[in-house]
Amino acid sequence: MTQIEEVSLEQFKHLVSERALRGETMLLNMGPQHPSTHGVLRLLLELDGETIVNAVPDIGYLHTGVEKNMEAKTYLKAEVMSDRLDYMNPLGNNLAYCMAVEKLVDLDVPPRAQALRVILVELQRIASHLVWIGTFGLDLAAMSMFLYAFREREAILDIFELCSGQRMMTTYIRPGGLWRDVPVEFETAVRNFIKMFPKRIDEYEALLTKNPVFLDRLVGIGKLDAATALSHGVTGPTLRASGVNWDLRKARPYMGYEQYDFNVPVRTEGDTYARYLVRVQEMRESLKIVEQALNKLPMGPVISANRKFVPPPRSELGVSMEALIHHFKLWTEGFPAPKGSVYSAIESPRGELGVYLEGDGGPKPHRVHWRTPSFDNLSVLPKIVKGHLVADLVAILASIDIVLGDIDR
Amino acid sequence: MDNKLEPIVKTLQEKFNATFEEFRGEVHVFVTAEQIVEALTLLRDKYDFEMLSAMTASDYWPQQTPRFHVIYQLTSLVKNLSVQLRVPVNGDQPKVPTATRVYETANWREREIFDMFGIEFEGHPDPRRILTPEGIEGHPLRKDFPLGYEEPQFTFNFEEIDLRKPYAKE
Amino acid sequence: MGVEQKLGNMGIVTTTLETVVNWSRTNAMWPMLFGLACCAIEMMAAQASHFDMSRFGMELMRASPRQSDLMIVAGRLSRKMAPVLRRLYDQMPEPKWVIAMGDCASCGGVFNNYAIVQGVDEIVPVDVYVAGCPPRPEALIHGVMTLFEKVKGEKFKDLAAK
Repeated sequence: MTQIEEVSLEQFKHLVSERALRGETMLLNMGPQHPSTHGVLRLLLELDGETIVNAVPDIGYLHTGVEKNMEAKTYLKAEVMSDRLDYMNPLGNNLAYCMAVEKLVDLDVPPRAQALRVILVELQRIASHLVWIGTFGLDLAAMSMFLYAFREREAILDIFELCSGQRMMTTYIRPGGLWRDVPVEFETAVRNFIKMFPKRIDEYEALLTKNPVFLDRLVGIGKLDAATALSHGVTGPTLRASGVNWDLRKARPYMGYEQYDFNVPVRTEGDTYARYLVRVQEMRESLKIVEQALNKLPMGPVISANRKFVPPPRSELGVSMEALIHHFKLWTEGFPAPKGSVYSAIESPRGELGVYLEGDGGPKPHRVHWRTPSFDNLSVLPKIVKGHLVADLVAILASIDIVLGDIDR
Repeated sequence: MDNKLEPIVKTLQEKFNATFEEFRGEVHVFVTAEQIVEALTLLRDKYDFEMLSAMTASDYWPQQTPRFHVIYQLTSLVKNLSVQLRVPVNGDQPKVPTATRVYETANWREREIFDMFGIEFEGHPDPRRILTPEGIEGHPLRKDFPLGYEEPQFTFNFEEIDLRKPYAKE
Repeated sequence: MGVEQKLGNMGIVTTTLETVVNWSRTNAMWPMLFGLACCAIEMMAAQASHFDMSRFGMELMRASPRQSDLMIVAGRLSRKMAPVLRRLYDQMPEPKWVIAMGDCASCGGVFNNYAIVQGVDEIVPVDVYVAGCPPRPEALIHGVMTLFEKVKGEKFKDLAAK
């Protein structure tokens, strides 16, 4: 397993053009360990001087076998693995999985849980875009952007820690609602964040948006037109920057998104700069949604009362026999799901995150497939880097916003 | 079923002799492997299903005919519709024609299905493994491939597992 | 440290060679960027301004193994990535240390299946294990300080025996 293999050009013959076989162009390995590849992605570049002729991505260096491992666990225990797929957006992954489970077993979600889910998922979207803007700036040598973005992110992670005890992999969203109600300090913390954050986005825009070096490096680079994007299955801000107005929160609203008033930023140029502008504007829109949801937050239970699928609260265990039996059955064996398959998708910060869940009558899922957005978003990379320089490749790769945990699952 | 989807399903039924089922508001249409490329082209060109959102497969071992179902989830952005096509495939020598010429998404997705299930796609431009390392034998998501579970070390079996684990000395 | 109290501030310090060598190794240990998955984000958060790691001398994260002393394996190691890890470890010059950050690097973590190496110590010898999924930046800093104490206790005869 740890032998070093000698590779020859023979293995890559079908991937590279004939100029490489004649020795005219150079094959360069931008290996799995590289500061700018945003994770363990290997790119096989064919270069003519400094210009890229072809770039072939090689993925699988973070393949975790999550889909197979989830088949061996019950529905509730498998949710723990869902956090760790797209590790910038763990609450979003939880939401996608829980929505699929709720659709499969036909479970209701109370309105307070829906509103809180929206608040948490939008805060998670802001946190993900902050890491994106931080590493984007870092790749283009604006290192102060990285430090500013992580400072804001600490405020959001403090809110998550307040609710669930964990900064990142919270597993706070469970089938039927949330794990437990938010504490009293939650509202104050979120309101402080809402007050503080718009000025910070203005700071970032002042640093980057009209910066001549930034504009020089990004405008006109990596153009992606709408037809190629749709054929490759690209979704999310990458698609919206190419002119297609498709956002699952508006087209197929879930968790009560139709009640909130927000815009979806769309630009038509399709280059790296457009993708940057779309994401910065999305951060502002997410903040609007958080504020509206917090103002309208209804009272009530935070988890469904259906005891066949949701464990009872511990206070009931001492007084009710049925609660004890449900608790025992749910934690040892799990709940059975009907035979059939569902596909349910949410809008994650990267695009359409879908879960194909198939039940077979037992307590463990028969098949869980994650339709992750970064997989399709990356497949469009070879088409948009042709003819650009290696330094542009770094900018384009950063602007597509891939997360390798999403791709390799 | 959505009334915009009804004429589409009707056309599929007539042209390809397809059956369909509904579950939780979704429509799943069953077509055979020979018809799938034609069905996808029809849906893309005539009915504006621009995007292949998801493509995956499911293993129903130990039943062998059919053993796999290859699943195509199509989305129409202009009409805001979704339909799912399923192709049942037998267990011995599973082969399906490639959909790469219809949707570019299928290129990597079919490599992933080949890697995980062993279903071959005829006419695919680049049939290599995509996620698992080179040299692995077998296809991981098949039901007869073991999980690779390693026994956890508790205090009562700590030494015996320690002897078996390959630690790096240097 | 020695005789300087008698000589006042003549600018002379006496100590043992081992203490000086170990002190210099801990004060400017350069980590190599080896962030694989989620733990990498917490490692980046530890590097950022809130939990500053540059106060421990780790200002730069060198991407090149030839210029680093410490490899923080942050994240889950898949079987496809394992030869790459070993190769990078071999390319690092002595003295080198390895911190296994997170549960997946220490023991396989949540994932007990065919695709994940159950513990990075199957591939490289590990000095400090930091638990957590992902460990808080403060936990990582505690792990780094534990490593510093281990390095301060190193003796030359152990290094000669290696």
